[in-house]
Amino acid sequence: MITKRIIPCLDVRDGKVVKGTYFQKLREVASPVELAKFYSENGADELVFYDITASAEGRKLFKDVLIETASNVFIPLTVGGGINTIADFERVLSCGADKVSVNSGAIANPALIGEAAKKYGNQCVVISVDIKRVNGEFHVFAKGGREDTGMEAIEWVKRCVGEGAGEVVVNSIDTDGEKNGFDLELLKAVCEAVDVPVIASGGAGCVDDFIKLFQTLPKVDAGLAASVFHYGEITIPNLKRKLCENGIPVRI
Amino acid sequence: MIAIVDYGVGNLFSLRSSFRKIGAEAVVTGDKSVIENADKILLPGVGAFADAAEKLRRSGLDEVVKAEVKKGKYMLGICLGMQLLFEKSYEYGEHEGLGLLKGKVVPMKDYIDPALKIPHIGWNGLQFTRPHFLFERVKNGDYAYFVHSFHAVDCEECVIAQTEYDKLLTASVAKDNVLGCQFHPEKSGDVGLNILRAFVEKKD
Repeated sequence: MITKRIIPCLDVRDGKVVKGTYFQKLREVASPVELAKFYSENGADELVFYDITASAEGRKLFKDVLIETASNVFIPLTVGGGINTIADFERVLSCGADKVSVNSGAIANPALIGEAAKKYGNQCVVISVDIKRVNGEFHVFAKGGREDTGMEAIEWVKRCVGEGAGEVVVNSIDTDGEKNGFDLELLKAVCEAVDVPVIASGGAGCVDDFIKLFQTLPKVDAGLAASVFHYGEITIPNLKRKLCENGIPVRI
Repeated sequence: MIAIVDYGVGNLFSLRSSFRKIGAEAVVTGDKSVIENADKILLPGVGAFADAAEKLRRSGLDEVVKAEVKKGKYMLGICLGMQLLFEKSYEYGEHEGLGLLKGKVVPMKDYIDPALKIPHIGWNGLQFTRPHFLFERVKNGDYAYFVHSFHAVDCEECVIAQTEYDKLLTASVAKDNVLGCQFHPEKSGDVGLNILRAFVEKKD
């Protein structure tokens, strides 16, 4: 039976792992390579690296981090951040990424999804969407959650999947950093709209949040989180044990 | 030395890294003589069957690997590389494979519960159907990472492991020196590395 995936997310800036609360305050945690190895050995099913670097030197460091990680960690690796062109896909895939996550790059140029899917296969293209409620509507936000695009989020997700995105990461800005649980209302709407894997992100604070996520929404395929894993508030072996005890299939 | 056949399909970074990790020498190559001189062959592949089969044929490497296999050299196909081992694929049309194994590749969507998502993507358990040296270092029920929308059928005689996704799907195949994994051992953590290790260490 296919298992639910638990995915730690590492935001990387200048070669180091950081975690933003509300996407704003950044704090250093550890070496991304070491953290990736640690998570892989402790039962992470997949890893996501987001490059939040702006500088050229940072880009170079990120490339080194990626190569080093992919040479030592043998679970699927998704890379996002600064993916705006096919050349950006090539840049990270050649360093060992398995999937590439696009966010603002797809908003600026939706054709990028189709081009990349045609070239690398749908399974390689992950659409990541930052979503926030605005006057009772789900809006897509760009630029790391700072800019309201005004686009309705569910329609946007459907369009991206139609273009060829093979997975969707749904990141709720409303619940991110709150540690009060995933945004079940938003996730339900996305699950009903598309039939590709849906990865829930934003709001995990404790083990029960993951249990509730998978029990309430069986169509959600994976749960993604960052700080709760980085700070050891949730350990993956314990999380998976608890999920298993609650009848949720996981890889142990 | 393991020759990882480079015929212009897929990302070979992880495969090369995983062999390096287990201390095996592996070369990514499209060179006939390197493949002929290798101890074993690894046939990778992602993407569409027709495109991959065409590229393999155009490179002339289809005949090279077939000749080597005929001589008794071990070859492991991974994911689409496994599917290419069969006679035919019905992925968007009808396409010839290498014909090294009896069976065909068909869409999963007509076979499994329509409520399930396709591709079959993620970690799923291996159920051994018979003992095989590839699994010497792993346990029945261990998890491997799958990403595929098509699956091999009518190949009962060479199936060595299945995986359950509503129905039982072909997860791994073997007939003499021709081996295949539908899952990605290079992305399946220690389980995958142990399968690659068993492949590398296999003596004739």
